[in-house]
Formats: sequence, C-alpha cells, structure tokens
Amino acid sequence: MTMRFVDEYRTPDGIARLSAEIVRLSHGRRVKLMEVCGGHTHAIYKHGLQDLLPENVELVHGPGCPVCVIPMGRIDDAVAIARTPGVIFATYGDMMRVPSSTGSLIDAKADGADVRFIYSPLDALALARKNPDREVVFFAVGFETTAPSTAATLLRARADGLKNFSVFCNHVTIIPAIKAILDSPGMSLQGFVGPGHVSTIIGIHPFEFIPRDYGLPIVVSGFEPADILQSVVMILRQLASGRPAVENQYARVVRDGGNRRAMEMLGETMMLRPFFEWRGLGFISQSALAIRSEFAEFDAEVRFTVPNVRVTDPKACQCGEVLKGAIKPWQCKVFGTACTPETPIGSCMVSPEGACAAYYNYGRYSLMRQGAAAPLPLVPA
Amino acid sequence: MSGTSRIESSLPTQLGRMERARIVRDGAPRLRDEHITLSHGSGGKASHALIESLILPAFANPLLDGGADAAVFTSGAGGERMALTTDSYVVSPLFFPGGDIGTLAVHGTINDLAVSGARPLALSVSLILEEGLDMAILRRVVESMARAAAVAGVPIVTGDTKVVHRGKADQLFITTSGVGVVGAGVRLDMSTVQVGDVVLLSGYVGDHGMAVMLAREALELDAEIESDSAPLHGLVAALLAAAPDTRVIKDPTRGGVASALNEIAARTHLAISIDEEHVPVRQAVRGACEILGLEPLHIANEGKLVAIVPREQAQAALHALRGHEFGADAAVIGEVIAQPEGMVLLRTGIGGSRVLDMLVGDPLPRIC
Repeated sequence: MTMRFVDEYRTPDGIARLSAEIVRLSHGRRVKLMEVCGGHTHAIYKHGLQDLLPENVELVHGPGCPVCVIPMGRIDDAVAIARTPGVIFATYGDMMRVPSSTGSLIDAKADGADVRFIYSPLDALALARKNPDREVVFFAVGFETTAPSTAATLLRARADGLKNFSVFCNHVTIIPAIKAILDSPGMSLQGFVGPGHVSTIIGIHPFEFIPRDYGLPIVVSGFEPADILQSVVMILRQLASGRPAVENQYARVVRDGGNRRAMEMLGETMMLRPFFEWRGLGFISQSALAIRSEFAEFDAEVRFTVPNVRVTDPKACQCGEVLKGAIKPWQCKVFGTACTPETPIGSCMVSPEGACAAYYNYGRYSLMRQGAAAPLPLVPA
Repeated sequence: MSGTSRIESSLPTQLGRMERARIVRDGAPRLRDEHITLSHGSGGKASHALIESLILPAFANPLLDGGADAAVFTSGAGGERMALTTDSYVVSPLFFPGGDIGTLAVHGTINDLAVSGARPLALSVSLILEEGLDMAILRRVVESMARAAAVAGVPIVTGDTKVVHRGKADQLFITTSGVGVVGAGVRLDMSTVQVGDVVLLSGYVGDHGMAVMLAREALELDAEIESDSAPLHGLVAALLAAAPDTRVIKDPTRGGVASALNEIAARTHLAISIDEEHVPVRQAVRGACEILGLEPLHIANEGKLVAIVPREQAQAALHALRGHEFGADAAVIGEVIAQPEGMVLLRTGIGGSRVLDMLVGDPLPRIC
C-alpha cells in the first residue's frame, strides 16, 4: 500500500476559497444539511471544519456510524457468545468499549472471555486456522462499506472447508435509515452530504429517491476537508437553482454504478432481514443483512444460542435523538457529565465516528470561540 | 415530563456543567472498573484514574504527590538533590526496527531521570524470565542493554533475575530503576508555567509506537518506521544550559505528546494551544495513522521531549535542541494560554480548531 499523503486536499488557500463561496451562496439564510456518514462527522470535527462555515450553515450528524446504531440487545448477544467456553471472539477495536446491559466486551475480556481485537475479517479467519480446537466468531458490523469483506470471508471460509468459524452478522444498509429520517416528524433538513464509502459499493443511483420523492439535494462526498466543503458548495448551488439531484463529488473513488462484484458477493452470502432494530430509530424494515441459509454453518446466530432479547437504552441516554439529528450532542443532559468517552452511557460516545465522541473529543472548545483567531506568533528559527 | 425538558438549550450552560463535572472527577478520580483492563496500561485516562485513585492514596507522601517522572529529594548534609525512578518494560515483540526491549529499558529510565533535570548516575535491572525462553534471545537482550548503557555512560550496577512457569510471563519482562543527581541551578517545576510560555518538541512524533505496531501486526503497510529510542540526558543538559528558566520537561511516552500536554494543562490550571502544522510528523507515520484512524500526538515516543520554556528563552532553547543529535528536528509547536483551563486546543492545518484530549482506551497495548 502506498503511503503518499493527502495534504493536497488540505491546502489553506483552497479551503479559504471554498469557505468564502459557501458564505456567498448561502446569503445568510439558515441551511441545515445532514452528513449521513460517521466518517464525515469525524473528519468535520478532526479538522475543525465548523470554524470555517458561516453560522447560518449547519451540519447535522446522521445515523451513519455503524458502532452507534447497533442496539444494546445485540451487544448483549455478542457478550453472551464471547463468554461461551471455547470461543475466541474477534471484533474491531471500536466495538470493544460499547456498553451492553452487562458490561462491554472489554469487561468480558478482563473477566476471562477470549476477546481479540482485529483489523479485518480475514484476521478472524487466520485465528480460526491457527486454533482448530477453538470456535472463532467474527463480530460483523458496518454498512455496505464493510459488508463485502465479510461476504468475501464467508466465501473463503466455505472454500477452505473451515469447521470452527462463524460470523455474528450485524450489517446494516444505509438507504432505509435515510428514509426513516426523511419520514420522521419535524424533519427540517435542506439536503444531504452523501456517504462516500458506502457509495463505492452501492453507487449513487440508490439515492435518487431523495430528490425525486423529497425534493432534496444529495452530494456523495469524499472525506478530506476540501471534499466536504466542496460538497456543501454543490448542495447550495442545487438549492439556489431549485433543481435537486444526486451528484457525485467523490468521482475519483466512487463510480456511479458502484462495485458490481462486491454487490454480487453480498447477494450470494447475505439476504435482507425483514426488519432490524436500530438504536434510536427503532425497528426499520429491510434495513439489515442476515447470512443466507446456504451459509448457515457459518452463522453464529444458528450455531450459538443467543439471548436475543430487546434491551432498552438507559433512560438518560439520548443517542436516538442524536442519531436522527434532532438534537446536537451537547444538548443531551448527560453529555460530558455522566457520559464521557471513558464512561460512555450510549454508543454515540464510544466510536470515533459517533457524533458525541467526535464532539466531546474535538469540538467542545474552539480557539476561534476563545477569540484567539490569530495564528501562533512563532519564534524565528 | 415532556421530552424536551432533558434538552440543554445553551452551549455555555452545558460547558459549565461539564466543567464542574470534570473538576469533581479530576479532584477525586473514580475507579469504577472491577477488573484491570488493558486501558489501565495505556498511559491515558484510565491509567491516570488507576494511579490517582488507588495507588497514590495508598502511598501518599510529598515526594510522590508531585506526580513527576522521578522523585527529587535532598540527600544528607550536603543538600545535594537526588532523583529516583523506576519503570517496567513488557513490549511485544521483543525486537523491533530501531531497538528492542533492552534499549527501551535503559533509555526509558534514563529519560525519566533526565526530564526531571537529573544527571543519571546508575541503573538497576530486574529480569522476569519465562521458563523455556531461548538463551540466545536473553543473551541478545542483555548485550543490547549493556551497549545502550555504555553509549549513554550510565552503568548498570545491581540487579536481580526471577524465572516463572511457562505461560506465566510472555518471554521476558524487564524492570529498571535509576538514580541521578539534580544540579543546583535546575528548577523544573510545573507550578512555574505561565501564560505566554512556549511549547517545544524535540523532533518527529509517533515513531516508536508506530514502529512497534507495524512490527507486531500483519498490517501490510509498506512503511519503514524505526523506533526513536534514545537517551535524552545530553539533550536535556543542552536545553537547560541554553534556557536555564525552562519550566518543565516531559518525555511523551505512552499516550504521546497529547497526554504529556494535557497533564501539564491539568496540573497548572492553564490551557495549551498547539499548531498542528508545526508538529513534526513523518510522512510514513502520518499515513499509517490516517489508515488506522489514530492520532500521531497519541502515539508513544521513546526519544523525544516536550519542554515549556519562557518566550524570551525559546529561541535559544530551539537552537540548543537543534544543535544536538537527538533534537535536530525540534520545533516550537505551541504556547501556553489562560483559557479554557486544563485543556489543550489544536489549530488544524486548514485553519479550524479542535480539542486535543488525552487518549481514551488503548489502541496499542504493550508498546514499552
């Protein structure tokens, strides 16, 4: 993999031009846009993009943080599988700290469960080969971005005839969640910054219902600061012209038709669940993926008895409102007081892509709001 | 109760509530965990909670409570000040580009003395060996320690070895302790930090943590990153000679530069502002961090120091650091400001700003 860096998308000049263009196009009108993807939320706070937008242009954080939308009951199920004797439970690092009703996977690990943190489902497959006398379970989470690698892993596991590997599948799909938000009462968005990574897989056509049925613009965006600002410019231009459409700002990576091979692998190994619970959004029909019966031997929900109970979120937690963009992270009463990244109550405070974690870690203070706008007077070298 | 009654309506109000909660937490950090988790070893928030709420209260005494990397105390009638420190090393793998567990064990303890303003005099070494450890590995580590100590000019003068059953340790753990003397003119003290002081960093950040991580994980990142493991007492001496009123020096090991700066901000009740553009980060480290979703300022260093220096001595300090082999890439990276108390803020490369907090959780266990 090449390690060439991405500074070309971060030049202050280009950024300043885009920022000025946003001021010009928005004419001081209030514009509320949702960035659907958690990767965008993270980038916005990490680069302090909010400081470069006029006050009247607001970015609202959407439901696209895979760690955040998994309901607590599923984490309970994961912990139950992880605690089963003989199991090696393989998970992405992000998921380890999400609280279940009986503690997080990190707590289960400290308590004796064999929980391993991995970077790719293929690492889980390698664990299974290395430990033939153990049951290796991969905790699959994520949108269409990560689902194809889980699909490829299932195909590989079957080709290799592995007998001790299974997947606890929690993959979700983005379109039904966007629909749920558009249909929720009091929805006041004027457009969407579309999910760049998901779109590399599904393409941009599945978003066409947004301008067609709801009359709103959506621009599929890359993840660099300039990408996001440029997408905002494109949305504002659409709003000005009164012709909402699906546009692709991230064409250097996203093909309009998506990735057919990845979609085929998904179709071969997984199918839509009739419904799935999302944290905060409730049950959404056809919004998640289950493993096909042809691959049942690799389906942890078939191989293990999981409690499969619905657990309501702690009362104080308002992750649901945050995920819908109904409130800002800091408007939740427990934000930053009882709920912090060290002691998260809700999942939005755990993942780096979660709106609450991003706001807490990066956004709560700004040098600009402190009135220290001038750059550091440097000591001459 | 209506749904909106739980919604906070003003950001300043909520920041105020958070501030009060933080002060309560910092005043009496709570250890809620029932078990030790890997987070307690990260050098981040959980480590601090463990130390502040369980360990410091048990041993409480004025020397310990200073919270420095080494305890500095007056010995005997001469009034000369001594410094004492200790550290354990459990890095996995034992060998990595740029060093090994042996060089770390020598450099790490020397550096804890050095950043306390002490001239290191001698080290002790204690080895915990796992039954079955290959003798060739032990020999290689011991020779590496001997070489590192000789180059640094700090002898290893006493030690101990223990062997535990197979599986009760992972190959080899090392503890080193060090003793040094603090010169009469040295007054490193966190409480002298003032608004307007300047933050210096002695070179590229994140090399050590990333080198170990890449050596350990099959990440298939084609990057050549070497640990920066190095003894810093010479660099500290050069800095103190050039900037005698240097307020405080830290070696940003676990938890990285961000943790070191947050500790200074928290203990001084001041704030620190950092300019991201001026923080030296190698292309390869930055690229790996982008891919892994890590913050270079959270990654461990083993041969770097952060110093807070009065503005009028900053240029001399920078010159002195750059004139030394371990400080050639030193930079001024920020300044001490008054508000918001206890926080570190960072001006991003594109002209925005954000909070730079301590690390939460542990992306990289066992890096030292």
